[in-house]
Amino acid sequence: MAEANQTVSRDVVVIGAGPAGMAAALTAHEQGAQVLLIERDIGLGGILPQCIHNGFGAITFGQDLPGPEYAHRYAERIQAEGIEVWLDTAVVDLSADLVIHATSPKRGYTRIQARAIVLAMGCRERTRAQIQIPGTRAAGIYTAGTVQRLINIEGYMPVKRALVLGSGDIGMIMARRMTIEGATVLGVAELQPTLTGLRRNYVQCLVDYDIPLMLSTTVTAIHGRNRVEGVETAQVDDAGKPIPGSERAITCDSLVLSVGLIPENELSQQAGVEINPITGGPYIDSRHATNVPGIFAAGNVTTIFDLVDFVSQAGERAGRSAAAYVAANGTAASQSGTTVKLKPGRNIRSVVPNTLCLDDEHLQVALRPAAHLEGSAKVEFEHDGAGVLRFHERYARPAEMIVRELKAKQIEQLKAAAAGDATVEIHLS
Amino acid sequence: MSNVGQTHTRRDICLRCPQGCELTTVLDGSDTILSVEGNRCKLGLEYIEQEIKDPRRVLPTSVRVRGGIRPLVPVWTPQPMPKALLMELARASRDIVVDAPVAVGDIVLQNWRDLGVDLVASAAVPRET
Repeated sequence: MAEANQTVSRDVVVIGAGPAGMAAALTAHEQGAQVLLIERDIGLGGILPQCIHNGFGAITFGQDLPGPEYAHRYAERIQAEGIEVWLDTAVVDLSADLVIHATSPKRGYTRIQARAIVLAMGCRERTRAQIQIPGTRAAGIYTAGTVQRLINIEGYMPVKRALVLGSGDIGMIMARRMTIEGATVLGVAELQPTLTGLRRNYVQCLVDYDIPLMLSTTVTAIHGRNRVEGVETAQVDDAGKPIPGSERAITCDSLVLSVGLIPENELSQQAGVEINPITGGPYIDSRHATNVPGIFAAGNVTTIFDLVDFVSQAGERAGRSAAAYVAANGTAASQSGTTVKLKPGRNIRSVVPNTLCLDDEHLQVALRPAAHLEGSAKVEFEHDGAGVLRFHERYARPAEMIVRELKAKQIEQLKAAAAGDATVEIHLS
Repeated sequence: MSNVGQTHTRRDICLRCPQGCELTTVLDGSDTILSVEGNRCKLGLEYIEQEIKDPRRVLPTSVRVRGGIRPLVPVWTPQPMPKALLMELARASRDIVVDAPVAVGDIVLQNWRDLGVDLVASAAVPRET
């Protein structure tokens, strides 16, 4: 093995071969960069191979595909282009001078000197410990993605009688999946008074399979010595506090948690990448550059997306930027030009990117609403209290990210009103 | 008919895209659609017509693979199947075993119950070496 325990160098190294990483690798390669794509799993696709439900690709391919098939389209192109891929390889360290430390059974410990890096590590699930559900630590407490992996990839059926906590899409999809494989799903409990996932999943995952949705409900205790024997649920008030006297005991052998996704940025932090506390991911500009020169980030590692199509688009942009950074070789061509900072205002939870490079064409802004607005919603960009631009949406829902391409005229408006390190606030009403 | 004049209203969520428009449909006594409101595009009209006449859904599940690098292959019904039969096909699929290699698009169960519904592989599973 010529490459074991060595230092090698590459132009663009992409960390993570999910939809963001695959798109970044393909685009960087198309731009002429020498690309290395590193993935810790034994195959390409990231989370997609276990997302066996349909609903992927409406924008990218104009089709409704299951997750594995969406991933397959990219994997085939990566193979056809002969892009170098290291599977079964974990990146364990990353530094600001773009040195990557990786380990794999095949190559041992390898150091890679990159000229640009794209972070595409995706996200992880919030755990029981993080939401501090009281009770025992019996077997049978799983995150929904873990059950998804066990059933769809590993071929185990880890659940017979389950309660799901969290009405996000993963929770609803797994409630259905477990039922399809013969489990009894007693219900989906949701802390909020409203559904947090897509309404169509409420119909096609819960209503169609007679699985009750229990809103304003949380799990207050887990019982069971070696294996979960039951959980306690309670209704909650407007402040999310359990209402005394509303407790119910539910007999089950599993509690399946769908209580949030967290961008995975341990490596980013090791390299000194500055993290936005609101998104949990790196601050990025519209070229997907982080504060560390040569390190770019795209996809769920920056903020949690709803549609994979937008993740692929982000990966493409990051790959193009990484290749351009290598080609420019640190010269003036890689300068940001005129920029403006973006900040979430009223009813906006988060905005990505945090900085717009106004000299570029094709700027896209992704907003996470903090409020429900049906019928019509207005998004306004304001600088120093004055409106700069606005657009309308048919609705605003926290479960659905608002993604908008800025038109050339809107970019001009931003340049005129607020350039040179100014901050623009985005409001939703 | 004496009940043709009586209308009834139903509310549905359209499943054709992630927006999930709330449809309000007024029907007469013989289930003829008189009006549909709430759809933001014509897919909503197609959806509610189908849903009233013959509700259909996609079933995503997995089947076992023999001799492959992984024990399962994900499958789905690209042509939606009758909603009432979802769990029956789910149960039937548990008995299916296919031999590797499996390619994306391979039909692992053809024309189930003569309903024109196929179970189709959505991932590739190469042969174990």
